[in-house]
Amino acid sequence: MKKDDLQHILKHRILILDGAMGTMLQQYNFTEDDFRGERFKDWPVPLQGNNDLLSLTQPKAIKEIHRKYLEAGADIIETNTFSGTTIAMADYQMEDLVYELNYQSAKIAKEVADEFTANEPKKPRFVAGSIGPTNKTASMSPDVNDPGYRAISFEALKVAYKQQVEALLDGGVDILLVETVFDTLNAKAALFAIEEVKEERNVAVPVMVSGTITDASGRTLSGQTAEAFLISISHVPLLSVGLNCALGASQLTPYLHVLARKSNFAISAHPNAGLPNAFGEYDQTPDQMTSQIKEYLDKKLINIVGGCCGTTPEHIRAIADMVKDYKPRTTSKEVII
Amino acid sequence: MSTTEARYMKLSGLEPLVITPESNFVNVGERTNVAGSRRFLRLIKEDKYEEALSIAREQVEGGAQIIDINMDDGLIDGKEAMVKFLNLVVSEPDIARVPIMIDSSKWEIIEAGLQVVQGKCVVNSISLKEGEETFVNQAKAIKRYGAAVIVMAFDEIGQADNYDRRIEIAKRSYDILVNRVHFPPEDIIFDLNIFPVATGMEEHRRNAVDFIEATRWVRQNLPYCSVSGGVSNVSFSFRGNNVVREAMHSVFLYHAIKAGMNIGIVNPTMLEVYDDIPKDLLAHVEDVVLDRRPDATERLLDFAETVKGTAKEKVVDLSWREDSLQERITRALVKGIDQYILEDIEEARKSVSKPIEVIEGHLMTGMNVVGDLFGSGKMFLPQVVKSARVMKKAVAYLLPFIEEHKKKMPQSDQGNGTAGKVLIATVKGDVHDIGKNIVSVVLACNNYEIIDLGVMVPPEKIIETAIKEQVDIIGLSGLITPSLDEMVFLAKEMERKNLKIPLLIGGATTSKAHTAVKIDPEYKNAVVHVNDASRAVTVVGDLLNKANSQKYSSDLKQEYDKFRDGFLKRTKKKEYLSIEEARANKFTIDWSKAEIHKPTTLGIQVIEEQNLEDLLAYIDWTPFFRSWDLHGKYPEILHDSVVGEQASELFRDAQILLKRVIQEKLLTAKAVYGLFEANTINDDDIEVRYEGDQTVFRTLRQQLKKYQGKPNIALADFIAPKEKKIKDYIGCFCVTAGFGTKALANQFEAANDDYNAIMIKALADRLAEAFAEFLHQKVRTKDWGYASKETLTNEQLIKEEYKGIRPAPGYPACPDHLEKVTLWDLLQVEDNIGVTLTESLAMWPAASVSGYYFANPEARYFGLGKIKEDQVKDFAKRKGITYEYASKWLRPNIADH
Repeated sequence: MKKDDLQHILKHRILILDGAMGTMLQQYNFTEDDFRGERFKDWPVPLQGNNDLLSLTQPKAIKEIHRKYLEAGADIIETNTFSGTTIAMADYQMEDLVYELNYQSAKIAKEVADEFTANEPKKPRFVAGSIGPTNKTASMSPDVNDPGYRAISFEALKVAYKQQVEALLDGGVDILLVETVFDTLNAKAALFAIEEVKEERNVAVPVMVSGTITDASGRTLSGQTAEAFLISISHVPLLSVGLNCALGASQLTPYLHVLARKSNFAISAHPNAGLPNAFGEYDQTPDQMTSQIKEYLDKKLINIVGGCCGTTPEHIRAIADMVKDYKPRTTSKEVII
Repeated sequence: MSTTEARYMKLSGLEPLVITPESNFVNVGERTNVAGSRRFLRLIKEDKYEEALSIAREQVEGGAQIIDINMDDGLIDGKEAMVKFLNLVVSEPDIARVPIMIDSSKWEIIEAGLQVVQGKCVVNSISLKEGEETFVNQAKAIKRYGAAVIVMAFDEIGQADNYDRRIEIAKRSYDILVNRVHFPPEDIIFDLNIFPVATGMEEHRRNAVDFIEATRWVRQNLPYCSVSGGVSNVSFSFRGNNVVREAMHSVFLYHAIKAGMNIGIVNPTMLEVYDDIPKDLLAHVEDVVLDRRPDATERLLDFAETVKGTAKEKVVDLSWREDSLQERITRALVKGIDQYILEDIEEARKSVSKPIEVIEGHLMTGMNVVGDLFGSGKMFLPQVVKSARVMKKAVAYLLPFIEEHKKKMPQSDQGNGTAGKVLIATVKGDVHDIGKNIVSVVLACNNYEIIDLGVMVPPEKIIETAIKEQVDIIGLSGLITPSLDEMVFLAKEMERKNLKIPLLIGGATTSKAHTAVKIDPEYKNAVVHVNDASRAVTVVGDLLNKANSQKYSSDLKQEYDKFRDGFLKRTKKKEYLSIEEARANKFTIDWSKAEIHKPTTLGIQVIEEQNLEDLLAYIDWTPFFRSWDLHGKYPEILHDSVVGEQASELFRDAQILLKRVIQEKLLTAKAVYGLFEANTINDDDIEVRYEGDQTVFRTLRQQLKKYQGKPNIALADFIAPKEKKIKDYIGCFCVTAGFGTKALANQFEAANDDYNAIMIKALADRLAEAFAEFLHQKVRTKDWGYASKETLTNEQLIKEEYKGIRPAPGYPACPDHLEKVTLWDLLQVEDNIGVTLTESLAMWPAASVSGYYFANPEARYFGLGKIKEDQVKDFAKRKGITYEYASKWLRPNIADH
């Protein structure tokens, strides 16, 4: 565990998180057969689009993407496990593969990260196990005519998250990153599972939480303001709290302000490369994005920064280059993990 | 960069709520609480969640900063209702913007609630009531779910009701939470128990001051935490006088907030602006709230009457007095208000052609509402008895008119508006009638004509009256075990006389098992065991419902048949030892090491007239509430979410009567007790030596086969055996507080006041029990003196934490009533204090207690359980009575197989 290192480094510099995995994978133009590989060639349902599966069927590509981000200057890379729960994998009937998917993804990322750390010990690299929100919401009804209905329970989410967390830890991740939180109750279930695993294994693993503000009113999909979101997850000792996805860097600024002012945790941001264009593509260039992120740095809002949808190693390289010259946000107290 | 250093409680709904020292008092909305809002309860019960949501919305719109949601009601599935309602609440942004307080006494409901709310909630509540382990586990879970918590000032011993206990429990809870659970101190809210003042009870005088001072201590000594409470409790004793209540709330809050109370449940419509309280009222209220003078309560009570006259009647009373006649009568009955009933009845009488129509129409309409409310659990027994009081008053007023009408029009049909005739009686040899009287009143409320034959009624009289009066139901009641046999006998007689009248069985020692096994087989018609008044109404209704009664009766027969079979099958499995084997497995005390204390005063003493005031502190109130069908422990019951209001009112009425009893010396309490040399002889008998004579108490020994190592106990085991050549001692006593009860009850009954007639009996019972407790303590600390340094609170006494025991003949350790005769002879009870024994060996007056004292530290209470014939034979031989006679008295304890 490198929590001491992480805490220490966070005090002295801003850490760089990697960019999008999905965006990079698109460039490989993998076909249905590529997704299936030899092992899943007879799988009963279509598998194209199951990016997490590529850790098993196309591990070289995953490794290559991790490597590119590390070369670009990322301190923390995220595992390819955004959908690695039985809940999200149900669409592909791959619930039984959840452990393996997470374990292998963690292992792949860890191998590459360790390589870079060995080559440049002064700049240790870390692996964050990516824990996505799943495709179901615990505090909202999918049926507008039946607002009291819930497609998933806290308990079911907790069980699924626990499985993912255990596999990620077994695979060697340094950090757990609960990200793209659009329903805080889902995140609370994930945090509950993490706390259980920590207690059962008697380990201290740093946890990052990153919420998603989905609209210009500044609320999460489940309706909370940034501060309400922060309060709702602050019962767990966190390494950092932040925001990612949905909006571009400049749109996130006011909400990062709120978090930075109200929280004693480190602050993270990994925005999208702007807002998607009419074709659903992100076309913000690295220069454009860094000019917006500069505002975070000038205002000393953040401790960890990276990219989400649409960002590439080029974006990360540009951000890393700029960040070198800035001091991190100072927190008033160290968080005991 | 300004980051927040200080530790404030932060909560969230869709929006944040941060409570800082600068925050105004945080008001918690409490109408979404099934215990606090009848409307909300009804909507939830009727599955009208949409409307229930609107209550939540009104609360938030009305300024509630947190909404308390409680679904604790016996008639709803609390967990399901909580989850369903919360899921709907969080879907309504205008409600869900505020944090939610998940309120339940059941952990599973709390946890289910925590699992469906994304924001940071408040859990209401946890406490040390069930010990540290539960407390710690629940606190850990709450922390993990990310919620703040209300901690009640409650521990294993009970609810904190004074300053010291409040801070003791708060400190202990805080230390456990902060140091062991690592619970964030800013997320702890203490509920330090707001209790009523001005109840008339001396020990309640400091209730408000103690809360306020404890609040101050907690805020100064337990960093970062908050203090909360339900404010309306403080003014409970002034229900009905909103002017005084509102002033009390404001005064209380004014001082409590200054002391640091920062959160609370306050009904904003029940709050006067502190500065707007008239000066004289303010002074009186502050005297009470701050306990500034000993006569503060009396002065406020007097003053309140004047305020009531000016404000309350104008505002509250006039509104209902303007309703229609029927509504006024119904209201008077439901609320038990007899103030206006005669003028309303007079008005009703003038509006009808025959006076009987007022009873059959107006009054019955009202009583039906009472019956419905009682049946659905919305009214409680004491209220119903008060309703009956109003009813009786009205009927008494109408009777002369009805008679006159009869004379004038002898031919006219006077109607028989009653739903049926019920004969009710306490059986031969038994004198206990509180339960019977309650059932009478409740049935009368439901339009049944009651023929109450009173207590100690011989079977012939019951049967003769039943036939002559053509009653529809016979109800039998009894408290002591020999009454069980009387009931069996009566059932046999009814069968022999070929009666077809259904038989109801009730009373403390009766049970469904006894009814099914012993009574039901003796009588071909319906026999039903009914142990609470509200059930009596439905059972009688079903039995007399012409359409279904046949089926209902045969269903009952079948049900009891099945129950009997199941019961007999179960009991067969038990294994018993022979009396010799049981004696071989007796409870052994190492007499060589036993410390035996010689009583300071040996011999018999008599207390001619006990000062009743000395007994007050020894009263165990819990059984008092139980006798009124209000279940719960005192004092918590006064704040119970369901029956609290009724319990408090009943309690206040009890205090009023009790005060009168003491001031006017309406009851006389006497006692006779003695301490004697004694030794156990022949295993199971205790030889008592007094003035050269010997008396022998025969004790009974457990015969049920025990687990390895568990003894088969008899009371004789607690006294040193004669062969050890050690002098040991025993005590005996009889106390009564019952002289005067009957006269008083008769007076009340004559005034159509059943409520107080029952009340005086219930109070006499409590005083007798308190006297037993008081005397036992005196004996332990002085006359016997073996526990001279004992300092126990009344709660500890109730929990029987004292050294030694005082088992009573007829109760579990010695269920044999026959030993009372021995005891009466030894203590010369009748000569000394006038308490007599009936043919069933019930004590008269009923409010009496008798028993033995055992001082050995190893002596303990136990239940004899069932015994076998061999012991009955042995017992008969030892006692010099026939086997048949012994069997008759021991029957309830003889194993069947």
